[in-house]
Amino acid sequence: MTLDHDAIVAFAKSWGLFYLIAMAVGVMVYALWPSNRTRFDRAKNSILDKDDKPWS
Amino acid sequence: MVSSLTMTERRLALVILLVLSLVGLTMGVVGRSDLLGVQGFIVLVFSIGMAFIVMSDFYAPTPNPKRLERYYDDPTKAGIVLAMIWAVIGMFVGVWVAALLAWPDLTFDAAWASFGRLRPVHTSGVIFGFGGNALIATSFHVLQRTSRARLPDQLSPWFVLIGYNLFCLVAASGYLIGVTQSKEYAEPEWYADIWLVIVWVVYFLIYIRTLARRKEPHIYVANWYYMAFILVVAVLHIVNNLAVPVSFGHAKSYSLFSGVQDAMTQWWYGHNAVAFFLTAGFLGMMYYYLPKRAGRPIFSYRLSIISFWGITFMYMWAGSHHLHYTALPQWVQTLGMTFSLVLLVPSWASAGNALATLNGAWHKVRDDATLRFMMVAAVFYGLATFEGSFMAIRAVNSLSHYTDWTVGHVHAGALGWVAMISFGSIYALVPWMWKRETMYSPKLVEVHFWLALAGTIVYVFAMWNSGIIQGLMWRTYNESGTLAYSFIDSVSAMHPYYIARAFGGLLYLFGATAGLYNVLMTIRTARTALAESESEPDIPLVASARAAQPGE
Repeated sequence: MTLDHDAIVAFAKSWGLFYLIAMAVGVMVYALWPSNRTRFDRAKNSILDKDDKPWS
Repeated sequence: MVSSLTMTERRLALVILLVLSLVGLTMGVVGRSDLLGVQGFIVLVFSIGMAFIVMSDFYAPTPNPKRLERYYDDPTKAGIVLAMIWAVIGMFVGVWVAALLAWPDLTFDAAWASFGRLRPVHTSGVIFGFGGNALIATSFHVLQRTSRARLPDQLSPWFVLIGYNLFCLVAASGYLIGVTQSKEYAEPEWYADIWLVIVWVVYFLIYIRTLARRKEPHIYVANWYYMAFILVVAVLHIVNNLAVPVSFGHAKSYSLFSGVQDAMTQWWYGHNAVAFFLTAGFLGMMYYYLPKRAGRPIFSYRLSIISFWGITFMYMWAGSHHLHYTALPQWVQTLGMTFSLVLLVPSWASAGNALATLNGAWHKVRDDATLRFMMVAAVFYGLATFEGSFMAIRAVNSLSHYTDWTVGHVHAGALGWVAMISFGSIYALVPWMWKRETMYSPKLVEVHFWLALAGTIVYVFAMWNSGIIQGLMWRTYNESGTLAYSFIDSVSAMHPYYIARAFGGLLYLFGATAGLYNVLMTIRTARTALAESESEPDIPLVASARAAQPGE
């Protein structure tokens, strides 16, 4: 198969759809994974205190 | 400022400035018969001037090692002031070009004051001068606080800030003397573009090096937005500006792309510049300063992650909606339209996330104009992203594109979202940086807020009206099937709206000027107060930001 314009378009139109969906699913799983909840809760509260100087 | 650098850093600063002045001299000599020579002269004068500043404090005592136990905020402070100065310059020129459309004689017969030369000074002045400096200043602040780590060294942040402002200066002066590569939002020529790449890579390295030193295990979401901003802008800038100069002695260059490929590249750049310069970076601001000022964590951290990746995936594909009804293949146009519509989801997720954060803090929004700036910014972000998705629909686009509706839309985003979130963040940041309890005049912040809001509303409504009238006039046919209105009919129908727009812009400019005055006066009063007590905890007197909330 030659790598001409049509071939790239065909690849992008077919496989592009799948890898975009796969990435989106990956992000959703990461964000909603139950054991990540504590990490995220800590992270979102972390900006509100103890930021007066760098930690040593 | 120089006295906080180590001896090695001072020497290195002088070496860099020497090299830069030699570059300026070379540009001046080889480009002597061209506008490039004028630009070289500007680079030369700028770097010699900076060298004098470095030399004036060169033999100052070496800084106290204890400073390493604190954050490094000098570049942030300078960046805030530069941002406010650029805001006033850029908005002044904006009012001028708006007035030029209503009263075309305001060029005073000077070539440099023609619309075509002043307009890019306005665009670059507010986007890159004001927005860029605000982003650099706040990103250094947010990066250190959320990483609990000091910047890796003291010279590279200055290199980024001052180098970036040199780029802005070369760009703006170039427009006035007639240098432009005529690409949407990317008008500086090849030599300025190359310089920006160098500055930008150093900027990205600062981010990576500080994150590598971080003490906090989790990288807070604001940093994701800032990093996406830095990384993607570098990619866009390099690809969009691939060009071959006529010769190394000429300012003029030719793009590597041609025809519809050039149009596609420009809009891929243009739309992603909106995405990653004017949105992702400022979302980084919003995700830090809004919760911080409200004293409440962001409503949903998970939603912020999902919106981040949503925006990053979607925006890349949306640019081709600017090329409906052109020679671009139809499927690419449809792709751009579809992704623009889907883009509404992550955009509204961020806007909603910000507003939901304020639930339970609405009394603060009522009392605190700084927080209100950020709240209104989130509302305008939601409005402008809805409008953008709507305008990307092919049928709507046939009415709106190339009319003032588009101008109104981008200014709803620029005035309502980008500038308001920046002003809000700056008003939050200035008292922290200069160890004050509040701004010099909280009343003046209030005045600025209402001027900004009134200015935005007048501007946007004027442009909606003029844009839709313009679009309708252009597509009205008479019984014999020819155009009912000549182009000049539509131009004269715009006259009252152009006056309204200039007035709205003028209000906005007054607000920004009040902001600059307020920031400078806060700094002045801080100097005298700081001299009395040299002890400096990082953020004094602001513990109130973390007062217990009702229902917490």
